[in-house]
This record gives sequence, C-alpha cells and structure tokens, in this order.
Amino acid sequence: MSILVTVMLALGLVFFAGAAVGILRFPDFYSRLHPAGKMDTLGSFLMLAALAVQELRHFDLDHVLVAVKIMLIVLFYFIASPTATHAIVDAGLRAGQSAWTKPRGGRS
Amino acid sequence: MDKVFLYAGLILCALMLISLYRGVFGPTVLDRLIGVNAIGSKTTVLLVLVGFLFHRVDMFVDIALAYALLNFVAVLAASRYFQKRGGLG
Repeated sequence: MSILVTVMLALGLVFFAGAAVGILRFPDFYSRLHPAGKMDTLGSFLMLAALAVQELRHFDLDHVLVAVKIMLIVLFYFIASPTATHAIVDAGLRAGQSAWTKPRGGRS
Repeated sequence: MDKVFLYAGLILCALMLISLYRGVFGPTVLDRLIGVNAIGSKTTVLLVLVGFLFHRVDMFVDIALAYALLNFVAVLAASRYFQKRGGLG
C-alpha cells in the first residue's frame, strides 16, 4: 500500500514538473494555458488520490470522512480549473491579444 | 512514510519557485495570472501534505478546501476585471 502511495506521489510530481516547465518555456500565454490547465489538474488528482489512499489505511468513520473530503477537493478542481482557464482565455481574446505564430525563416 | 511526504513537499516548493518566475516576470498581466493560478493549485496539495506531516489531516483538509475555493474566485475575479478594463500592460 505504501508503494502505491509513493508511486502516485512521484507521478503527480512528474506532472507538476511538466506543468512548471511548460509554463516557463512556451512562447505566448495561449499556449502557456495548455500545461497550466491540464497538467496541474492531473497532477493534483494523482497527489491528492495518493493522500486519500494513505488516509484510508485506518478504516473507520473519521478517516473515511477525511478521505471523502480530499476527493471532494479533486472534484472541485476538475470543475474549477477549466473554468478559470476559460476565463483567462476570454479576457485575452477580448483585450485583443494575438496568438503567437512562428516567425518566418528562423527559430524563436 | 513521513520522510516521503517531507521530500514531496520540498520538491513541490521548488516547483512553486519555478512557477513564480512567470508570476514575477510575465510580459502581460494574464501571464502573471497563469503563474499565480499554478502556484495556488500546488499550494492546495501542499496544505494536505503538511496536514499529514503534523498528523492533523482533519483540520488541514478544510483549510485546503477553503484555499482552493479562494484561489478559484480570485483568478476568476481578476480575469473579469482585466477583461472589463481592456488593455493589458
């Protein structure tokens, strides 16, 4: 059981690291929203599910209630993160930001 | 098992520092907003991890849920504000 928890924590950290590198490296903020919107959601799902499994090791009512609360945080993130991403894209579009295109003849 | 949680929290703090670069040096306001949103989602996980380290998960889960809610409302309100204001500096 503790091996499962460790592996899921490590996988969540890998996804969070990918999100951080993507936010740092992509050229404009429309493309930066792509790792920020998806990989953060999956990383927090994996890490919080690992912590819920760890909490379920003592199986009584209090610990099950705490594990359900942790999974409710995950459910909230699955609703909230696409909404926040959509709001940021909407603000950028209405402010007239143009999307990044590859400059002609040369890498950027 | 406590050591695993401690090291996971430390790596999470390092990743938050990487995301903070985009929050400080972002070219537009929306870039800063993306960085702050990423830091907030990592902070929610970090709060539950701290609860496991202190053996008070029942308290820290409520704090993490409130923080997730606050982070979502803050990002939504800031993006609506900059959408209404128009130009992004």
